[in-house]
Amino acid sequence: MFYISLFSEYLKNYMKTRMTYRSDFWIEVLSDLAFNFMNLFFILVVYMHTDALDGWVRAEVIFIYGYFMVPYSVFLCFFNLWDFGNRYIIKGEMDRVLTRPAHNLFQVMLENMNPQALFGAIAGFAVMAYAWTDLDLALSWFDPLMFLLLVAGSVMIYFGIYVSLTSLSLFSDSPTGILPLIWNIQNYGRYPVSIYNGIIRVVLTWVLPFAFVGFYPAAFFLRRETFMTMALLTPVVGLVLMLMSIWIWNIGVRRYRGAGS
Amino acid sequence: MMSVYIDFIRMRFLTMLAYRVNYYSGIAIYAINIGSAYFIWKAVYGDNAVLGGMTSGQMSTYIAISWMARAFYFNNLDQEISREIRDGSVAIQMIRPYQYLASKMMQGLGEGLFRLLLFSIPGMIIVALIFPIRLPLDPLTWVAFIVMIIFSFFINSQINILTGLSAFFLENNEGLMRMKRVAIDLLSGLVIPMSFFPLWAEQILSFLPFQAITYLPGSVFTGNIVGMAIIQAIGVQIFWFIALLLPLYVVWGRARKRLFVQGG
Repeated sequence: MFYISLFSEYLKNYMKTRMTYRSDFWIEVLSDLAFNFMNLFFILVVYMHTDALDGWVRAEVIFIYGYFMVPYSVFLCFFNLWDFGNRYIIKGEMDRVLTRPAHNLFQVMLENMNPQALFGAIAGFAVMAYAWTDLDLALSWFDPLMFLLLVAGSVMIYFGIYVSLTSLSLFSDSPTGILPLIWNIQNYGRYPVSIYNGIIRVVLTWVLPFAFVGFYPAAFFLRRETFMTMALLTPVVGLVLMLMSIWIWNIGVRRYRGAGS
Repeated sequence: MMSVYIDFIRMRFLTMLAYRVNYYSGIAIYAINIGSAYFIWKAVYGDNAVLGGMTSGQMSTYIAISWMARAFYFNNLDQEISREIRDGSVAIQMIRPYQYLASKMMQGLGEGLFRLLLFSIPGMIIVALIFPIRLPLDPLTWVAFIVMIIFSFFINSQINILTGLSAFFLENNEGLMRMKRVAIDLLSGLVIPMSFFPLWAEQILSFLPFQAITYLPGSVFTGNIVGMAIIQAIGVQIFWFIALLLPLYVVWGRARKRLFVQGG
């Protein structure tokens, strides 16, 4: 209950600050979507020159991209800690957070909440709906439920990977530059993994499981017979990664000594 | 007078050198992006030998060289300039005895040269070991390419500076800068070579400056543009370099009149 009221207070606060500069808000929403527009345009152009990518037709790849947008946008809404090391460790804001009654990770996430990212989820959903009708897929009663379960799994995977990496700042205050590195790898997850070579496929599935934030769960709706098992692993992988990241974070917080001054 | 600007190049180069650790992960990021583009295009080619006028070998080379050229011409002059406008330090710089915009351009060049030496060249060697890339054998191609990426740098920086100067007119130009970045990656041919665009889009793009940043030098490097056409491509770049001086001049003139420092 305490956490829910905290969440709604932060949300109100966010709306107040953002709505002061309304035009900026919409420009930022548009520029967020521009990146996705570019990627979708890329897919369209590519399919002007070929009928299938390793057997996957245009609407299928568009569907995968649409799915990819949904959990990523939900994740971005709650996770905006790209500058954590600089702002909280080097500038010392972490000390303030640690004196607050809410769990420190929750507190840090709420302070940086970014609900405008959710427009990406709406856009992604629209893209999926378009591809769904284009492919003429049947809709079973369990599809919406599975969708929610898979999106939850994918969000937990993002959470797990990025919280683990962010908590590295708690162990060492020197910048590692690893977040942008991983961010670029995640883009591999929005294409059928079979187009990559063996090593990359193993990495995307078991090491940095970004295939589970786009391709595998989306394949549940496209080619259920082949990808059933991998798709159903999504929430499992997500749960494991998320618990692991919270564990690492907590160790980091316990070891945290402040950056002086 | 010239020596002031050379010092700007030198200072920025040395500053970058002091923070070089950040750039090792940068090479990895570029390799990752080249890799993802490489595998996708490989799947696109499938059994086709030639698409959009390029063989799959030329495509791999094009992707690699375009990203490595980007490492050279890319800079954050737009963000630097709008930050200096917002925090007011541009006012101090305007009373100093040098051209503010020229000094920014030279700082960008120092940054570019740093990346060329510590990023693009080692990066290209690493990438050439991983992916099937064919480097041009004709020394003239290399000369033309080097000339062309220098113009890429200038044209890209001119667009960056124009975007940065928009901070004079908008209180917050964050969104505009982000859109500009996406636009350059897409319209310059980094993500999709121009010859792959639908015809109508290709025709529109040939009237815009963006192609001069990535597509033209990349195509010279892969051997898609040869002979006299190379001279013509350089001509297009020179045209845009000169054409973009005009809006810079006008915007800068109007911006100076409009300057009001917020806070400070």
